[in-house]
Amino acid sequence: MLSLSEKVMKVIFLICGLAIVLFLAGILFTLLSNSWPALREMGLVPFLTPGRWNPGAYGEPTYSLFNMIYGTFLVTVGALVFAVPIGVAAAAYLAEIAAPWERELFKPIVEILAGIPSVVLGFFGLVVIAPLISRIFNIPSGITALNGAILVGIMAMPTIITLAEDAITAVPKEYRNASLALGGTRWQTIWKITVPAAFSGITAASLLGMGRAIGETMTVLMVTGNMIAWPESFLDSVRTLSAGIAIDIGDVVFNSTHFHALFVAGLLLFTITFIVNLLADILIHRNPEVNK
Amino acid sequence: MNQKRWLTFAGIVFLAAVMLLTGCGGQQAADPVETPDNGDAGDDTPEEAQESVAIMLGGSDSEVNVVARLAEEYMNDNPHVSIAVTGGGSGVGISSLIDGDIDVANSSRPMRDSEIADLEANQGEDAYAVRFAVDGVAVLVNENNPVEELTVDQIGAIYRGEITNWSEVGGENMDITLYGRQSTSGTYVFFMELVVQGEYSERKRNMAGTSDIVEAVIGDVGGIGYAAIGYADEDGVKALSVAAGEGSQAYDPTVLENVTSGNYPLTRPLYQYIAGKPEGALLDFFLFEVSEAGQAIVLQEGFYPITAADIDFNKAALE
Repeated sequence: MLSLSEKVMKVIFLICGLAIVLFLAGILFTLLSNSWPALREMGLVPFLTPGRWNPGAYGEPTYSLFNMIYGTFLVTVGALVFAVPIGVAAAAYLAEIAAPWERELFKPIVEILAGIPSVVLGFFGLVVIAPLISRIFNIPSGITALNGAILVGIMAMPTIITLAEDAITAVPKEYRNASLALGGTRWQTIWKITVPAAFSGITAASLLGMGRAIGETMTVLMVTGNMIAWPESFLDSVRTLSAGIAIDIGDVVFNSTHFHALFVAGLLLFTITFIVNLLADILIHRNPEVNK
Repeated sequence: MNQKRWLTFAGIVFLAAVMLLTGCGGQQAADPVETPDNGDAGDDTPEEAQESVAIMLGGSDSEVNVVARLAEEYMNDNPHVSIAVTGGGSGVGISSLIDGDIDVANSSRPMRDSEIADLEANQGEDAYAVRFAVDGVAVLVNENNPVEELTVDQIGAIYRGEITNWSEVGGENMDITLYGRQSTSGTYVFFMELVVQGEYSERKRNMAGTSDIVEAVIGDVGGIGYAAIGYADEDGVKALSVAAGEGSQAYDPTVLENVTSGNYPLTRPLYQYIAGKPEGALLDFFLFEVSEAGQAIVLQEGFYPITAADIDFNKAALE
């Protein structure tokens, strides 16, 4: 029999839980209703086909998101290329090798890294990394996709380290013991047994890191230059979807086509992030080796 | 376990769909402007000075802040007058004036002849204009760039992407990196109409604010950017002298006199348009704007005081 206070608490917690669902639904509703006028006017095709994002055109305005999608892709993939190996290796070290006191020291540091405001990282990129890139590659300006990728990689790393470490720790002890008993070295055990066994968890960690990278705005806005042309390489300037929205939304004319087109970009960003997070979620809960 | 998750997901989608269907009519509530119900009182009842008067101004986004400041100061001394200022762009302001929705259109460009004709046809009044401030833009390059001056045409070609190397305009053999603002910026439009006169190059890098442009040009020896004249004396950048055309003299925008005399070409007067000659509170407000106190506010807000030519121009409306 539940006491009265327990029943009340149950209801309160249920409301809190439902609030999250309502927030998400509300956001989705806002995105859909505000992007609808632009979609009705132009359809989805002009947004997704090659062209130029040029709402303040001298002639006819155009609203292609194509180059921004590619820009988002460049920065995200660039970030993962170095954040995943470093993150997974760090996680393997923490879970398998590190002494308890090292773990005690290292984990708060990872959390501090996660807590750095993005605008601070952006400033760091502008003042420190940009001149460095410009000197190393001998290009006039270090405000490039590479700069954004490095910083976003740093931002995604805490997510990857924390989740990958959990996944590796969750691998049953019997696996390691069996490997060591058969004469495997520690290195062999980690690379051939533990990490592969935690593979789906590590992939999920990387995907969640990716979700973080795709949506990152302030840092990218500050260090990538936001050029709307098709970027030729990592050493060219790019504009991502999130930065593109942030740049224009501040003083766009309310309820204009441009305004609604920005919501289409937001809807697209939401969809991409949603799919990535959903995939990660499915992977986390499909972890057959560990659950046996 | 899995089934439960999908149920939750379905629940979210269902909730979203319900909200979408029930919420469709709610869009109108989002309209931003609070409208005083008697918008044109300022024109009709000028005589009774103590009767409360409402004036509506709208239009240019670059003018919104400075006009709002001016209105605030004016209302402090004249509590019976209430002034509302909205943005939307010069074009929006002018068409609202033609429709009679507002009393004053803020515009950073002169009205077109067709618009003046429309105003006469709709309101039965002539268009009168006041120039109350001057807006100016400096073209910035890195201090280590030997180029000192360019013509408006050359700057336009650079920003259209037709000139891509400094050697083409008498500088070193070095690629030009373009820096500018986003499309909703007033300076973006001003620069596009006055200098670029076409589409900006796709390779222009859009910075989030004017100080980011300055920062980028400081760090990029081949960079070029534009900014309000107030930014021109930052360390690490220099403002180019600009000539109106080939063969004419180039003027340095950091010398205040070159701007106020109208010799520096990248300036424009900011206008306010009204239907019919201003009277009463409206006239009083305009006189405050062009007074010494009003012009001091204009300068504080990052614009320039009007010139002798502008004062001459204003005579038609204010005398």
